[in-house]
Amino acid sequence: MAGFVQQVIEGLGTGAIYAGLALALVLIYRFTGIVNFAQGELAMFSTFIAWQFVHAGVPFWAALALTLAISFAGGMLIERVLIRPVEGAPELTLVIVTLGLFLLVNAAAGWIWSFLIKDFPSPFPGGALRAGGVALGYSTLGVLGVVAAVMGLLYLLFRYTRIGLAMRAVASNPESARLSGIGVSRMLALGWGLAALVGAVSGVLVAPVLFLEPNMMGGVLIYAFAAATLGGFDSPVGAVAGGLIVGVAETLAGAYVHAIGSDLKVGVPLAVIIIVLLFRPQGLFGHAAVERA
Amino acid sequence: MSDKTLRATTIRCTAAAAALLLAATACGGRGADGAATSAEGACKGQQTTGITAKSIKLGGIYPLSGPTSAYGQIPKGVKAYFDYVNAEKGGVNGRRIDFTVRDDGYQPPKSVEEARRLVEEQHVFALFQTLGTPTSAAVMQYANQQKVPQVFVSSGASKWGADPVKHPWTIGWQPSYSSEGRVYAQYLKKDKPQAKVAILYQNDDFGKDLRSGFTDEIKGSGVTVVAEQSYEVTDPSIDPQMRLLAGSKADVLLDITTPKFGTQALAADANNTGWNPVHIINNVASSATVLKPVGFDRVQNIVSAAFLKDPSDPQWGGDAEMRLYKDKLGKYAPGLDSSNAFYSLGWASASAMDKALGALKCPTREGLMEAVRDLKDVHSDLLLPGIAMNTTPQDGYPLETLQLQRFKGERWNLFGEAIDTRKAG
Amino acid sequence: MSSTPLSLKSSPASGGLARHWRWAALALLTAAACAAPFQLAPFRVFQLTMVLVYAMALLGLNLLVGHAGQISLGHGCFFALGSYAAAIMMDRWDVPYLLTLPAAMAVTFVLGFALGVPTLRLRGLYLALVTMTIAIFLVPLLKRFGSLTGGSMGLTLAHPEPPAWTGLARDQWLYLLALAIAAACGLVAWSLLRSRVGRALHALRDNESAAEVMGVRLARYKTLAFAWSAMFAGAAGAVNTWVIAFVSPDSFTVNLSIMLLAGIVVGGLGSTAGPLLGGAFVMFVPTFSQGLNEAAPNVVFGVLIIAVMYLAPTGLAGLAGRAGRFAAHIQRKK
Repeated sequence: MAGFVQQVIEGLGTGAIYAGLALALVLIYRFTGIVNFAQGELAMFSTFIAWQFVHAGVPFWAALALTLAISFAGGMLIERVLIRPVEGAPELTLVIVTLGLFLLVNAAAGWIWSFLIKDFPSPFPGGALRAGGVALGYSTLGVLGVVAAVMGLLYLLFRYTRIGLAMRAVASNPESARLSGIGVSRMLALGWGLAALVGAVSGVLVAPVLFLEPNMMGGVLIYAFAAATLGGFDSPVGAVAGGLIVGVAETLAGAYVHAIGSDLKVGVPLAVIIIVLLFRPQGLFGHAAVERA
Repeated sequence: MSDKTLRATTIRCTAAAAALLLAATACGGRGADGAATSAEGACKGQQTTGITAKSIKLGGIYPLSGPTSAYGQIPKGVKAYFDYVNAEKGGVNGRRIDFTVRDDGYQPPKSVEEARRLVEEQHVFALFQTLGTPTSAAVMQYANQQKVPQVFVSSGASKWGADPVKHPWTIGWQPSYSSEGRVYAQYLKKDKPQAKVAILYQNDDFGKDLRSGFTDEIKGSGVTVVAEQSYEVTDPSIDPQMRLLAGSKADVLLDITTPKFGTQALAADANNTGWNPVHIINNVASSATVLKPVGFDRVQNIVSAAFLKDPSDPQWGGDAEMRLYKDKLGKYAPGLDSSNAFYSLGWASASAMDKALGALKCPTREGLMEAVRDLKDVHSDLLLPGIAMNTTPQDGYPLETLQLQRFKGERWNLFGEAIDTRKAG
Repeated sequence: MSSTPLSLKSSPASGGLARHWRWAALALLTAAACAAPFQLAPFRVFQLTMVLVYAMALLGLNLLVGHAGQISLGHGCFFALGSYAAAIMMDRWDVPYLLTLPAAMAVTFVLGFALGVPTLRLRGLYLALVTMTIAIFLVPLLKRFGSLTGGSMGLTLAHPEPPAWTGLARDQWLYLLALAIAAACGLVAWSLLRSRVGRALHALRDNESAAEVMGVRLARYKTLAFAWSAMFAGAAGAVNTWVIAFVSPDSFTVNLSIMLLAGIVVGGLGSTAGPLLGGAFVMFVPTFSQGLNEAAPNVVFGVLIIAVMYLAPTGLAGLAGRAGRFAAHIQRKK
């Protein structure tokens, strides 16, 4: 039993990593209605910026604050420079632009910082809480805590602020939002900025575990997609719940279902995405979209 | 959509494409055959493409882009070596070496394209170092059909030397993965004859070759494998695999990983205070750049095998070959961190190529293959003491000796004799 | 995807004159394409062969994305399946290589149909997500069934040799084969689009609900679009196997699917010349990028993709069309 509980705890730890990036995906989807394939790479790039500050001797928390500010500004800049010219273009154009951004950012990070593995300091102490043969690492606890806090803030933002309202209007119908006096472009830029900021948080959280290098987020992205899909692409609570469920499912499947085996583990997010989309496309926490012809 | 306009567009495109193609056709010409040259005199009839009395053209193919681009650092070490030889030694036997690097992004069809570009367009004398197993395997057939040397392939798969009759134009260099696996098995049989082993391996030819070298060698001994886990290079983390292996309570962990996953596995092992196996990490992931992110104090007493001197190891500080490498890398490739093992690997393999080119009896492609298949105790730069290149026309594996080492303090300590897997095999 | 990717204005240059020119241009292109292998160096012939291979695959993707409006990031899967089908038949059962083409097409058609059924309910970005995940999953799957696929080492094959009576070199023979097959595929795709099927697909792309109301059998045509697009990719895969003579899981990573989607969008969605231009883009631009920036070729490649999206939202084919109209406009003014 302790073994099982331990597997679940480890799964939650892994799931928290997916949840962090899934939050960024949900955020950009809520603001702009697109799926950003480059979100993971932007998070990785932000983490490198944080690493650069720490490496230069800036204290960890100051480096983090600087990084978050830069990421926010960077996200807005990307929106203005790269996305604005194709605003209102078909979905496919945006998919291609974010894929181009994916390749570009990945290669740029390798160019600047090389592909060698870098260690990244963990903001949390080592060691673990122990009870009844089960150990819960402080770092796992810390990651879960931060993810929960970000989720709470986003929930409040979406639910109780004017920005949240405006944002919903923009994502659901940019034209009528514009007519009712909402600065659509400003909202889109804000969405990119905030998503980049949340992505930076998730990057900084995973880097001590996965170690920093340009392909760090490549493997995480697909699990984050699965998490966001499971939770419903527009719900921050859903993204976190989805991330945790995917993490636990993956860990338990690896431990107890031997036919899957570690080599086919990536089948877990695939199965999650397909099953959810076929049977409950709005996800566990999302809102069903009404289609108008 | 207006069908008419679409058609008009199509016509213009078609016409433009045709015009382009015709233009290319007109000025293209079939130039390739004209460049093939052959020798006179004692080496009559042999191919001299890419080699003159003054120069040798070599081409290398590496992943400079894509997920494996860490290996794209290796050619910088190679280039630095050839630049040094060209500038300070007047080349090899008076021939300056012209080394061209191409990118294949670790995609086999691209490797074939780049190999053809190097051979048919740039008319290289030989392909020196194609990096990776699937990529080099894709090139192997082409090189052998065209009778172009594919020398010192940068991969430890055993297929490069397996069949000198069928693939006379291809030869590897580094000790094969399977012989490395045998070295670890021999070490355990001697030091821990009852060892229970857990294996973590990358699910590809590299991981499987090393694993089967190990399991073949322990057959009939007291050493047993009690757990195995594999991972894909696309996995974000190998932590789940490490937890499952820890559950086996094995007393040895054989860690067959590439650098990034090696770092993760070492960290996972260090973090798990409830499980303390002897951690054997394979050569590919044993450089200091892999260990350092985990923290040297947390990887004490891990075991590995090596055949090259580690540039980050202070024990080679006074070593003449190492000093030459560090000096010249600083001079010809300024800004590179000489303690990075990718650069020293490139340097060492270029030095091996230098030795092979220096031993040419005939300055021809045939002559090069003869030379690399007739190495007798040839020492090239940065090989560990007691390790030298040996080949015969039947034996296509230049290096088959490895030296065990254990990590103590901030560096690897060699222990025991260098193990020649040829003899023990 | 409710808006038309190609928003073309009617141009006065088309009409009777255009019809005339159309045949001349086509004849010119055919002549050039047939003459090319006898004029160019073998390496260039090989490159053109690969352009044709990618163009065939993009022909399928064009059908699916350009005409049916379904975004697929997993087209590389079908390319891989076609390649592997041909390779396994040649390697394990010594099937004559020409027979592997119809077999590979049949296999991919069936699998495309099978995949088309569950993806019926998905659209837009969700379909892109699912297909991308499938593309990632394919690599470990190919390794798992190693006894058939050769595992991670892949399969090394013998190059097909040209029949002696032709007197052709191998590169020339493979090029002409690829040209013939690509032309046949192009013809099939063209007649498909001119038929009822093509109109149904366009109706689906432009407005799914309206199309359904008008009596287009949604499920059937969407699934068929998937199957046909897979079949063209399968054909491309088989020819790829003949030309490269090597398959391995590393040849078909998700990167290939990304390249293909980028290729067709850059080439020109929904246009006839799009697949060919896209094939050339997939083949030549990575090399060109390396020429500009050896340290990080993908920086250049990424920038180029984005730049094309800005400067030519209808792809290179649209750009060429615009340039042509512009030239015609200038001429009329004179």
